[in-house]
Amino acid sequence: MINTVKKWFDDNKNRSLFYQFITILLFIYIGHFFFSNTVTNLEKQKIASGWGFLTKEAGFPIGESVIEYKPADNYGKALSAGFFNTVKVAIIGNFLAVTLGTLIGIARLSRNWLVSRISLCYIESLRNIPLLLQLFFWYTFITDILPIVRNAFKPLPNVFLSNRGLVIPLPKSDPAFELVGWGFFLALILILIFWKMARKHQDKTGRSLPFIKISLCIFIMIPLLGWLIGGAPTAMDIPKQGRFNFSGGYTVSPEFMSLVLGLVLYTAAFIAEVVRAGILSVKKGQTEAAESLGLKPHQVLRLVILPQALRVIVPPLTSQLLNLTKNSSLAVAIGYPDFVSVSNTTLNQTGQAVECIFLIILLYLSTSLLTSIFMNWYNKNIALVER
Amino acid sequence: MKIVLNLETVNMEQDLINSKTLRIAAIVGSFVCSSAFSGTIDDIKKKGYIQCGVSGQVPGFSSPDSKGVMKGLDADTCRAVAAAVLGDSKKVKFTQLSAQQRFTALQSGEIDILARNTTHTLSRDTALGLNFAPITFYDGQGFMVRKKDGIKSGKELDGAAVCVQQGTTTERNISDYFRKNGMKMKAVIFESRDETLKAYLSKRCDVYTTDASGLASERTKLKDPQNHVILPERISKEPLGPAVRHGDDQWFDAVKFTIYALFAAEEMGITAANIDSDAIQKSTDPNVQKLIGNTVGNGKSLGLTLKEGKKEVSNEKWAYNAIKQVGNYAEIYERNVGPNTPLRLDRGLNALYTNGGLMYAPPIK
Repeated sequence: MINTVKKWFDDNKNRSLFYQFITILLFIYIGHFFFSNTVTNLEKQKIASGWGFLTKEAGFPIGESVIEYKPADNYGKALSAGFFNTVKVAIIGNFLAVTLGTLIGIARLSRNWLVSRISLCYIESLRNIPLLLQLFFWYTFITDILPIVRNAFKPLPNVFLSNRGLVIPLPKSDPAFELVGWGFFLALILILIFWKMARKHQDKTGRSLPFIKISLCIFIMIPLLGWLIGGAPTAMDIPKQGRFNFSGGYTVSPEFMSLVLGLVLYTAAFIAEVVRAGILSVKKGQTEAAESLGLKPHQVLRLVILPQALRVIVPPLTSQLLNLTKNSSLAVAIGYPDFVSVSNTTLNQTGQAVECIFLIILLYLSTSLLTSIFMNWYNKNIALVER
Repeated sequence: MKIVLNLETVNMEQDLINSKTLRIAAIVGSFVCSSAFSGTIDDIKKKGYIQCGVSGQVPGFSSPDSKGVMKGLDADTCRAVAAAVLGDSKKVKFTQLSAQQRFTALQSGEIDILARNTTHTLSRDTALGLNFAPITFYDGQGFMVRKKDGIKSGKELDGAAVCVQQGTTTERNISDYFRKNGMKMKAVIFESRDETLKAYLSKRCDVYTTDASGLASERTKLKDPQNHVILPERISKEPLGPAVRHGDDQWFDAVKFTIYALFAAEEMGITAANIDSDAIQKSTDPNVQKLIGNTVGNGKSLGLTLKEGKKEVSNEKWAYNAIKQVGNYAEIYERNVGPNTPLRLDRGLNALYTNGGLMYAPPIK
């Protein structure tokens, strides 16, 4: 008997199976221990638990929100308002950071001494100052330097810039804009189809169609058509100066401005270095070879350099995008109602710390994982195809 | 530098020991509660002073002045009780307590009375075993605005931007107030108090909101306090009053009626200065005569006595002593938190009921 066990255990495969099994058991036990411990202790202290609070009236205000929210809504709605505020910062912030970072990264490699030194200074100073400090700086800068409502700057007619934010006129809501939205959607599908056709055409005849010009045309014309069919409404919601604030129009709050500004400038410094590394990783011979084939400079960049550089750029770039999203939780320090800020208020009012913290973890984790999945897919797409 | 650090650690240890002793004392105390705490007044007389629990860190309510003398509305409440019970307002010893320590200190018998801007709530009255004497300060969440904006009332704040610090109910109170009055607002919510105040000062917000007494003491820290006003509205209830522990009704009555006597004195126009004048001493108002003890009876009913020679006689001058030595409620208020102090708080809800406030004493007869 003992011999058979010994024999079974002597097998390398069996032994590793055994240890893995033990590890899993231990893991489950520890998990169970923490969970049941928490539940009993919460019960002992008579702290409410469960998700029932999500349907109760929140009763607190949120300064700005992408979706419509009022204090009479429930906690679930409040939390999703906070979530969309975080998503808004993440999307706009990441877009601007990648754009700016790429420009600075290229400038860093410029043959012009001044341009490359300026970008070096930018990169080294901004990425070495703690982000929270930068956010405080921008927030103080915007609220202290910009004029009060009564003396607001007026850079364009009906556009106001004050320490209450940037207020711009907005077209009055009209059913026609729904048509415009569908127009954009339709345009995107058409462009996709056109792209496939252009590829096929090039494979067959060896000639490329003016893809960018035509798709730009589609992208503008179809939504415009939707607007015209909808009766071409031109009424604008023009901001009016009230006793305290502007009413009407669309307001970009100082909290949002400073948060995006801080995040973008900080992250762009890192992205610039990533881009520089990517470009430097492509040997000069590649450019020369492409040129000797008779490709035009923009074709050299698009068809030869970029595909190779992107392989180096994308993985670290993904990390930077994730960083920006996670760093946006510092918003609570400068009063922007992001998901963490709203969750904190919810936690304070309901006392359900475990649930709220769990939600925060879950949300950041899933957003980050989604970004990761997308970037990994993109990375695979641009990877060098080896035959 | 090293010495300072050492001192700090010593202090911290001391604190730890204190809170530990308090806790143990509380547990022991809870076993012997009813027997040990019935004779608080006798105990006080034996030791010769009242042990009063205060915060010591809230200007206007209790904080030591440059000579180390405890000043403030809470401190004066204790002095008035000492004057009434012991005949001398100086027979008080103050214990500075943190928010966490305060209830244990009272339950364990470490202190005789807790006057530490404590809000009267149902759970404190019941589960914590406290008896709340009359409210000495009606606090509540309020608004601070810039004087230049010319706002006189919270009802004029439609469309305003409000700076709020995350708290348990602060955001909710403000939102409820604007909803109730059908007004719009823009809330800017911060995690820290400093950032909230800074945003208000940089004119990001038109309004700064927190508890009114908090607003007043924050304002004392500003460079230009005269340029900021606190609006009269209070949008939440924070009634602050002294508390004693369950189980000693005589002591509770003595504290209760000492405070009522201060209200009554204000209502009858009796002050520390005029109490010996003929106008008061020879007043034809029987209620005045009863309050200042010229008509005897109240002291006996309260069971208060004082030593006269070798005999214990009924203390009929309890209210007289409190008013004479500490002043009536108006005097205490004006001295500590009123419009002429750095806190500059108008009476508001804390005015007599005859002036539209809530201060109302039952007949003292």
